[in-house]
Amino acid sequence: MQSKISIKDLDFFYGKEQALFNISLEIPEHEVVAFIGPSGCGKSTFLRTLNRMNDTIPIASVSGQVIIDGKDIYAPGTDVVALRRKVGMVFQKSNPFPKSIFENVAYGIRINGIHSDREDMNRRVEKALRDAALWDEVKDRLTTSAFGLSGGQQQRLCIARALAVQPDVILMDEPASALDPIATQKIEELVVELKKDYTIVIVTHNMQQAARVSDRTAFFMLGKLIEYNPTQKMFTNPDEKLTEDYITGRFG
Amino acid sequence: MTEAATVHSKRRITNLVMTSLTAICAVFATTVLLIILGFIAYQGISSISWEFLTDTPKPVGEGGGIGNAIVGSAMMTLLAAIIGLPVGIAAGVYLAEFGKNWYGNTIRFIADTLIGVPSIIIGIFIYTVVVMPMGRQSGLAGGLALAIIMIPIVARTTEEMINLVPNSMREGALALGAPQWRVSWNIVLPAAMSGIATGAMLAIARITGETAPLLFTALNSRFYNFYYDQPMSSLTVQIYNFATGPFEVEHAMAWAATLLLVGFILFINIIVRYLTRKKH
Amino acid sequence: MAQSSTLGDKVYRTILFVAASSILLIVAAIFYMMVQSSMPTLQRFGIGFLWAREWNPSQELFGALPFIYGTVVSSLLALLIAVPISLGIAVFLVEQAPKKIARPIAFMIELLAAIPSVVYGLWGIFVLAPFIREYLGPVLQDNLGFLPIFQGRLTGIGMLTGGIILAIMITPIVTAVVRDVLEAVPNTQREAALALGATKWETTMIVLGNAASGIAGAVVLGLGRAVGETMAVTMVIGNSPQISASLFEPAYTIASVLAANFADATDEIYLSALIEMALVLFLVTVVINGLAKLLIMSVAGRANASKHT
Repeated sequence: MQSKISIKDLDFFYGKEQALFNISLEIPEHEVVAFIGPSGCGKSTFLRTLNRMNDTIPIASVSGQVIIDGKDIYAPGTDVVALRRKVGMVFQKSNPFPKSIFENVAYGIRINGIHSDREDMNRRVEKALRDAALWDEVKDRLTTSAFGLSGGQQQRLCIARALAVQPDVILMDEPASALDPIATQKIEELVVELKKDYTIVIVTHNMQQAARVSDRTAFFMLGKLIEYNPTQKMFTNPDEKLTEDYITGRFG
Repeated sequence: MTEAATVHSKRRITNLVMTSLTAICAVFATTVLLIILGFIAYQGISSISWEFLTDTPKPVGEGGGIGNAIVGSAMMTLLAAIIGLPVGIAAGVYLAEFGKNWYGNTIRFIADTLIGVPSIIIGIFIYTVVVMPMGRQSGLAGGLALAIIMIPIVARTTEEMINLVPNSMREGALALGAPQWRVSWNIVLPAAMSGIATGAMLAIARITGETAPLLFTALNSRFYNFYYDQPMSSLTVQIYNFATGPFEVEHAMAWAATLLLVGFILFINIIVRYLTRKKH
Repeated sequence: MAQSSTLGDKVYRTILFVAASSILLIVAAIFYMMVQSSMPTLQRFGIGFLWAREWNPSQELFGALPFIYGTVVSSLLALLIAVPISLGIAVFLVEQAPKKIARPIAFMIELLAAIPSVVYGLWGIFVLAPFIREYLGPVLQDNLGFLPIFQGRLTGIGMLTGGIILAIMITPIVTAVVRDVLEAVPNTQREAALALGATKWETTMIVLGNAASGIAGAVVLGLGRAVGETMAVTMVIGNSPQISASLFEPAYTIASVLAANFADATDEIYLSALIEMALVLFLVTVVINGLAKLLIMSVAGRANASKHT
């Protein structure tokens, strides 16, 4: 297996308070890795260290290494803007821009100067929307506001928006937690579909979801990585007692 | 690939230029404040003396001071506060306690409208309803004009402060069988009082600096006047007269009076800032 | 016991009701008084008063156009200068500066709003006007003197000086409102942009896009302030009822003609003409402020709505 992302001895602090403790983890290419654990366990914080989204918090600090494609993203001189283009992110609550459906997807393409001309732009937007399984639902109203879409459609639009800038990795922070079961199912199918082309890391509080979509699962508690194993093993025969207690619902 | 690199460096430059520009805007505005305050301090300090603070204006060349203007400003501000604070606070309590209906919304909108009305219009209003019937300008007219400016400001801050009082406090007292007016008067109002007081201080600072509504209501006076039915001097009108006159001595006195006025207003603002900061 | 408490409630409520209603009464009285007092000119000159160009009270020529022109131009000039600067400050304070720096700067900008109008006037006469006469004016004339707006005699007193003073005076309020609307933009919008590889500035543009109608409200509110601002403008704009292309020439605004002439207006028709202009000013500021409020509320409302979902 080839590692797309390898995390080594990562500590994370909010001011003086340590939120993540000495985490080491390998994420293989073209796989779906799920992070599970009780709320406040640090799984979302950890996810956000992978595209340096935590840089926006002034008191946050990180030590250790996050190596993506052989480069430590915390090394001095790292271009964070380029990093985030390569490592896309989808958030818990859909957050489309107050623009049209088309412009939402086109935004990342435009600022990054990916397209060559108008024709190319249209093609790329269509591809992103198709890849996000949204094209058929919106192709007749591309110029209408993104806020007119349903919650599940908005979330898939956000996925399309992230796909449009051609990332290698997609981080998903509880992407279906605000959605109804049918919309959730569509997102899950999409995740499985997308892993052919992308490496996906997904945070979820829903263990069934982790079991359904992921190849590997990491279980976090109180800022520590308790166990990291192939999903099937994790849910049938975990190494750790804590993991077993959690997935059998004894706490959480 | 090189094309993408150019796009990228162009973005970096735009980012750098624009973020620097916003910082420059902030520095520029604070510099303007410091320049204005600096001029006031520099020009004003040399003319301040005991005589200046206590004497009345004299013909050019004979010295004189702004003692009567200080007294006039204080008296008119006091009158405005005596009328404006109770009415404003009562109106604010009404808006907070009983104003969640169409009438409350109307009053709220009208209060905001009144806050936005240029103060010179208040001056004209008082001129027609007080000065013309009385047949002369007076401290009373000036104080009333300032009170009208004060009422909506105090009402809106009071409402805001009362809304900050947790509802549990109110419910707790009501559950004990206290009538609504007692809860409002004895529990809610005292809880909001420090906020209302700081709001009142800011309103007082604001009306102390008003000139336009006094120009033809209180007019001006060259003498000490302790009677509200007579024309009354004020710091602001005195500054206006000194500044627009031809004499350099009076210009110097305008700066000195400004130092006094701005010193007072900034003092209140800084005190309020200090008091509200501790709570956050 | 129960009865005395309901009586107490009734008395209490009545007192508060009267106080609150006094605000309504005051505004109604102001409006009624102004309509009443401007009847003589309204009847004599009709609506044409507003675009008549001649103003000469001694010959009973009353045209409001020079004052409307002066008010509009000086206010637009103020917006032209103040809006970009205010946007810059607000973006700096909300999007860029660390809290430790943002707080004192925000406070200093609020202090600008606490300085009385007459003090700006004094400063305008003795500091800004000489600066424009000696430095800014000559530079503008040397480089852009071919433009009619920069031609004419440099006295330091005139439309440009009025516009600049107004710009300084409205910057704090515009900044404060823009700050509020930027703060109301949900953080998820910033994160969305950043996660797509947007730079700080590109993210800011997304935030500004979110806040657009609130920013428009801030601008309109600033306009309302500029239109009604009286003392400082009266002291530096030159008070001459003329319509001139040059920004260096003296001008007059509605508020400043009221401040400068109301005390001298002895005969009824002159007084009536001034009060009619006050009425115009009153109505304009009411409309402007109402519009600003609607625009700002539309943003605050949306932010609250998304906070609660």
